[in-house]
Amino acid sequence: MLSIPLGEDCSVEEFRAAARHCLARGIAPEDVHFSVGGTLPLFAEEAPERVSVANVRVPRGYANLVPKIVCHSEADRFALLYRLLWRIHRGERHVLDNPADPDAAKAQRYAKAVDKDIYRMQAYVRFAEREIDGARIFVAWHEPQHRMLRLAAPFFVDRFSNMDWLIATPIGTIAWQGGVLAFGPPAARPAEAGDTVLDELWTAYFRATFNPARLRVKAMVAQMPKRHWATMPETALIPDMVRAAGARVAEMETTAPETPPRFAERLAERMASISAQSGELLPLDVLREEIQSCRLCPLHGPATQAVPGEGAPEAEIMFVGEQPGDQEDLAGRPFVGPAGQVFERALLEAGIARQKTYVTNAVKHFKFEPRGKRRVHMKPSGGEVSKCRFWLDREISAVKPKLVVALGATAMLGLTGRPVPVTKARGQVIAADSFSILVTVHPSYLLRLPEKERAEAEYERFVEDLRKARDWCEAA
Amino acid sequence: MPLNLLQKLEILADAAKYDASCVSSGGEKRKAEKGIGSVTGQGICHAFTPDGRCVSLLKILLTNFCIYDCVYCVSRRSSNAPRARFKVEEVVQLTLDLYRRNCIEGLFLSSGIARSADETMADLVRVAKALREEHGFRGYIHLKTIPGASPELLDEAGLYADRLSMNVEMPAEAALEKLAPEKSATEIKRGLARARSRIEEGSAPSRGGKARLRRFAPAGQSTQIVVGADSSTDLDILRSSARLYASYALQRVYYSAFSPTGHPSAVLPAEPTPLIREHRLYQTDWLLRFYGFSLPEVEEALPGGMLDLSIDPKLAWALSHRDFFPVDVNKASRELLLRVPGLGVKAVDRIIAARRHGSLRLAELARLTGSLKRVRPFVLTPDWQPGSLLEQPRLRQRLVAPQQLSLGL
Repeated sequence: MLSIPLGEDCSVEEFRAAARHCLARGIAPEDVHFSVGGTLPLFAEEAPERVSVANVRVPRGYANLVPKIVCHSEADRFALLYRLLWRIHRGERHVLDNPADPDAAKAQRYAKAVDKDIYRMQAYVRFAEREIDGARIFVAWHEPQHRMLRLAAPFFVDRFSNMDWLIATPIGTIAWQGGVLAFGPPAARPAEAGDTVLDELWTAYFRATFNPARLRVKAMVAQMPKRHWATMPETALIPDMVRAAGARVAEMETTAPETPPRFAERLAERMASISAQSGELLPLDVLREEIQSCRLCPLHGPATQAVPGEGAPEAEIMFVGEQPGDQEDLAGRPFVGPAGQVFERALLEAGIARQKTYVTNAVKHFKFEPRGKRRVHMKPSGGEVSKCRFWLDREISAVKPKLVVALGATAMLGLTGRPVPVTKARGQVIAADSFSILVTVHPSYLLRLPEKERAEAEYERFVEDLRKARDWCEAA
Repeated sequence: MPLNLLQKLEILADAAKYDASCVSSGGEKRKAEKGIGSVTGQGICHAFTPDGRCVSLLKILLTNFCIYDCVYCVSRRSSNAPRARFKVEEVVQLTLDLYRRNCIEGLFLSSGIARSADETMADLVRVAKALREEHGFRGYIHLKTIPGASPELLDEAGLYADRLSMNVEMPAEAALEKLAPEKSATEIKRGLARARSRIEEGSAPSRGGKARLRRFAPAGQSTQIVVGADSSTDLDILRSSARLYASYALQRVYYSAFSPTGHPSAVLPAEPTPLIREHRLYQTDWLLRFYGFSLPEVEEALPGGMLDLSIDPKLAWALSHRDFFPVDVNKASRELLLRVPGLGVKAVDRIIAARRHGSLRLAELARLTGSLKRVRPFVLTPDWQPGSLLEQPRLRQRLVAPQQLSLGL
């Protein structure tokens, strides 16, 4: 049995040298003992190298674990690492990818423990401000479980690079002064000197942010082990906070509803006067506000807001679509999503200025079904369309267009109250009560066509329908 | 006599504690560079209070003066809670002082509506702007946005904050109208909609490959629903959160069990909502988002619209779908494995990685999962089959040992 003493704070390089030495001599894991706490030997040639290890290529997974596991405080860490290296070298290159392998599982466990210790250092170090030789320096005392100071230091450097600080621990110190990082030998715990921010403000905050009605001491201790409490000033309050919680809750539950403070009534009056204020509004603006508070059908619940029509108050052409989509629902404006962009392009090609028209929908709220992070468009029911005719009629009466272009079947249903097949009536101008209707497809139909050629042809037809609408209006 | 900083902190931290969210995770990683502070992406809990909750951010209100009268809120105008107001510089200094001592990841700033939504929102933005621009603060900032504030202010908030949030508060509009008569559900949803649009614009690849100077709210947005202040069922709440997730690109919907504030209102229940109800809602939320369960599947397990408080929703589903089991650990798809009670996402990933290297027996399974107690009746391995165990009517009792609630949120 070969015995190799390694230092308690053995570095990755030192372990690597020792492991290479053994590997080169074909020493099996069971024939070597890595003892911890000694000094590193110079590898004298007790036995000649039998295999060349100049290029021991290890998988990345192994290389990533070594720096962490070397820090672990368990004495068998080197044996574990060497055993894994041996297995990798003997052809089990993927041993670490198998979480059911006992060595791999243990290695992951050790690495995770070191990660957790680093995390807890990042979380639980408390800096107290000191003045040393006229300079401001933040000092802390922390007691880690593993020897991970070199792995933990970058966090503090990245975060507090413009501050001088020093973290002392039983296993060494980390100091950052004037932009230089230095690791030093273990230091004695600095004497308590008080820090008003920590001792007063921070502890007061800790007490105030606690909700006594939710007492769960076990959950707290599981996350914040007691061994760290000694260096965290706020934890001194915990026993009292826990003790008083029950009484605080009992008192809350028996407190009778109180009489409001005097200013409450004054504020209530002011609130009422704010909501009563409103200037002169145009009829269309009044209509928009009424649509916004519509509760005629349940669609208002899931939707963000109603999307009323918009455009010129005395437009000659009015466009009616089906219902707002995802983007329209967010913006509160009709035809601003993907279908709206197709619509806008087609208008431009047909020589119609959108701002001179009025654009609206048969149904004013977006009907959808939640599907994970998306909303899936749902066709409005006949009942919903018919309820919403109330608003469409009002928009038509307010704008008094000559021609209404129905974009798709739902628009037709909203305008006439009857289902009309779009394909049959398409491109024709139908006389209604006080206005005429021209039927065409909804622009979202053009987006759904999978074949490019067909889509292009249909788009051309759509533009053609819009031109018809323009010509009809000019002629009328 | 004017209040000193300590007294203000006590009042305004107490008033802010009913907001469940305190995370500092997600978003972009940053280092201090010329300023102070960093964001690691994973978020750090710097302490835990005896309620088991993580203290990551300095969570305070700018003021608890409020013109609104939302009955569930400790700061409503008709409450006799002591009132205080921080100056902008006081919050800035407090944040920096606590940050330098490594007590916090940053600031969570909310506020009562002291005069108007716009003035309040402008004050919140002022704090964040001062921290970022005057003090080079590069830590985490979570800003609460105010329903009804102007879209321009919301846009500005998103430039300084890592995360934004606006609480929907109640699962249903009717409840909001009753309990928070001056709040408008539409204004809240519009706020969430505006933020979603900005977040999506900000994360869209910019033309010409030039990185934007500042991303809009890189850690996204979240919202909160108060559970148990109104009569909404768990199903109402879950439906509502499913719609919120689908609509507003939310990182999280927080459920906050209603708890008494010491300033009761005659309209509200005197008893706190059991914490376990909140816990079951989170578990179900997780099933919907990470375990491939659909809302209709979950609905089946909600007789009367309420979740079973005595067992977790996944076990409840499994017990009422026993014909679905046992699941063969060595062959089943990821989707099926995720249905097994006691197997979390990580355990399932480990199983899938391990079975490429060889057949898994109970011993290996134990190493991959931690505990086999709940898993055993529902799985099949070469050396184990549950047999009649799965059909036992007493299976439920066997698996439901009285157990302390512990939730690491």
